[in-house]
Amino acid sequence: MTRRVPSEADQDGPLFTRGRLAVFAVALVLLAGLGIGYGLHAAHRADRGMHQGSGTAPAAGELDLTGAHGELLFRDTEPGPGFGLLATVDRADPTGPRTVGHTACERAYSAAGTVVCLTTEYGAIPSHHVRILDAALRERRRIDLGAGAPNRARISASGRMASWTVFTSGDSYAANSFSTRTSVLDVRTGALTATLEDFSVSKDGESYLPADRNFWGVTFTSDDNTFYATMSPVSTGKTYLVRGDLAARRMTVLRENVECPSLSPDNTRIGFKKRVSSDPVRPWRLYVLDLASGRETELAETRSVDDQAAWLDDTTLAYALPAAGGTGSDLWTVPADGTGSPALLLHGGFSPALLP
Amino acid sequence: MYLSSSRAADSAAGTGTGSPRSRAGRRVAANVLVLGVVSFLTDVSSEMVSSVLPLYYTSVLGLTMLQTGFLDGLFNGASVFLRLAGAHLADRFHARKPVAVAGYALSAVCKLGLPAAGASLPGISTVLAVDRSGKGLRTAPRDALISLSSTPGAQGRAFGVHRTLDTAGAFGGPLIAFAVLSAVATAYDAVFMASFCVAAVGVLVLLLFVRERCGPRPERRPVTLGAAFGLLREGAFGRTCLCVMLLETATISDAFVYLSLQRQDDLAARWFPLLALGTAAPYLLLSLPLGSLSDRLGPWRLFLAGHVCFLTVLALLASSRGGPVVLVAVLVLHGVFYAATDAPLMAHAAALLPAHSRTSGFAVLQSLQALGMFASSLLFGLAYRYLGPHPTLYAFGLGLLLCLVASAVLVRAVLPRPVNAPTAKEAK
Repeated sequence: MTRRVPSEADQDGPLFTRGRLAVFAVALVLLAGLGIGYGLHAAHRADRGMHQGSGTAPAAGELDLTGAHGELLFRDTEPGPGFGLLATVDRADPTGPRTVGHTACERAYSAAGTVVCLTTEYGAIPSHHVRILDAALRERRRIDLGAGAPNRARISASGRMASWTVFTSGDSYAANSFSTRTSVLDVRTGALTATLEDFSVSKDGESYLPADRNFWGVTFTSDDNTFYATMSPVSTGKTYLVRGDLAARRMTVLRENVECPSLSPDNTRIGFKKRVSSDPVRPWRLYVLDLASGRETELAETRSVDDQAAWLDDTTLAYALPAAGGTGSDLWTVPADGTGSPALLLHGGFSPALLP
Repeated sequence: MYLSSSRAADSAAGTGTGSPRSRAGRRVAANVLVLGVVSFLTDVSSEMVSSVLPLYYTSVLGLTMLQTGFLDGLFNGASVFLRLAGAHLADRFHARKPVAVAGYALSAVCKLGLPAAGASLPGISTVLAVDRSGKGLRTAPRDALISLSSTPGAQGRAFGVHRTLDTAGAFGGPLIAFAVLSAVATAYDAVFMASFCVAAVGVLVLLLFVRERCGPRPERRPVTLGAAFGLLREGAFGRTCLCVMLLETATISDAFVYLSLQRQDDLAARWFPLLALGTAAPYLLLSLPLGSLSDRLGPWRLFLAGHVCFLTVLALLASSRGGPVVLVAVLVLHGVFYAATDAPLMAHAAALLPAHSRTSGFAVLQSLQALGMFASSLLFGLAYRYLGPHPTLYAFGLGLLLCLVASAVLVRAVLPRPVNAPTAKEAK
């Protein structure tokens, strides 16, 4: 029923002919030229875009937050020599001149003279660190994050507790999955909680420990022990607000569909992002949850915000949105009671924290 | 009837190639080496992208990767359909090479799609899904070309050579990516462009230097879509598919292995993304020797032995002992598991499939593997939630043990051997 096909040599002539090799060599040179040429062009453009703009240049000295009052600390994302560095500006005149320091952070937060700064150093393999800085931005603690890319950072109002979230996604990019790791550091005692994943979790009175549980976006209460965070079994696509007890290593699920909680200075409300649409371009809206009544209020910002908002006072939230031009981001504010409308705080900024 | 008889003819004639090749004995065919180079380049290309993607998402686009998974299920289904349809066309029109080229080209173009999609999540999801469809499309015809270019006695070796080159790409990709990335500061599109160029070279190598292998050409061409599934009803191959799916279901996914390691070891947690390289190293080193060994001992035996290694991995994870020794042992055994199962399984299946429907057979087998993997993740997640980490690992260990016993009983190790006379059903 079958007949054999002739052997390879006489099937349709040899493959490694001079002609084919020549075609291959030419194409190889062209593709190499394209790759290298584009790389050089992109490097030049990225450099111009980020570092050769007209943004404020770093000041002669480092920032000093000692005794800072009514100033806003943020990551400068104005294209120019100060791109990616920590900067301060007067809260009362946010579009006025900013002071840019010399400390690079991908994400930062500060309270009561303590700064948490997540850094990325590019190299053969990019490495990430958490740096805990004092008010003069001197390093007090440095923790290796390995290969985890920075995501969220917070400090408790007293400046004692620091928390950060990194991506630890190690899956192939075709897998479309991700994994986060959230740590808490007691700056005063030096005690490090490497991951919240070891904590016990209860939901509706029962133990709830899905295998793919991830945590992100911690916010601390004024007792420096109780905290709120997002928990998500990633495969379900659901997110939960949890309240945690650091000392007891225990968490309780409070409600569904709350991400990146941020506790108000008076500890009564939580600003958060809520998934309101299956439209992946604009999935979230900013909301405020009243902890006593459980009532949610939709804020006046209609754009989709992917940020852990920061309270500037008991009535105003600040957050970052991508800048219209493409590179960097802008800072915006919106009233916390659902009234009013969003207002531009400043161009070219990210990761805001008010130094009260 | 054609299945059994043409399979018998294959075995008698030497799979696919005539006597001039069998003279070459244990030499690996040029086609296999060239396909290995193609896979190497493609892997370098896709690893370049995958290793920078999380950073690209967060630091450039300011996105979290939360919602990219939402189209996942849908596209997975589409990818399976594409895989089977592509394999069918490849068999029917002796077009294994064109289908493989289409699959590789699709993935190459996707590398340009990422910067084009910008910060648009549907755009990114679509690009990733198309990229994966390309992978689904190319795998079966490529494996069929490897198989048909090699003598029956050297299938394991051929697949071993190919997987070695393939894994070398997975190793080199991230390093090249970060070298490019540090050279161009944070211009991610330069990485994507470089990735495209590498992938395009791969497609070119395939186009210019890989030869279509027709195998023995049946005079009639009874290759129909129904026949592809008909392969499942066919005794030994059907039982193989069943066992592979069961074993796949009882084997926990890479992600869960690494997550379990992360839970018990801080070192593993901080270098989570590099754990996969710890598995890839032994996989890379052992693919060829274990592939060759499978030609001598029978690929199915190696395949089962690999799963015994995985059983040990489960036991080590269940022991909850952290520390560098356990970490290294788990990663090495995990790599050995891949080296002992991947190439030998293809060699085993190749011996059971007639040349003219080998692509379809591979595609069916690989689809069922994917199905088993999916079921496994689902089961693991549920068990973990309701039973907790330790009972889950024990349960999977027990399940794997049972599946191993069943697989040893149900499937005879095939060495190149005369095929049994067709059963009454097959000869209808």
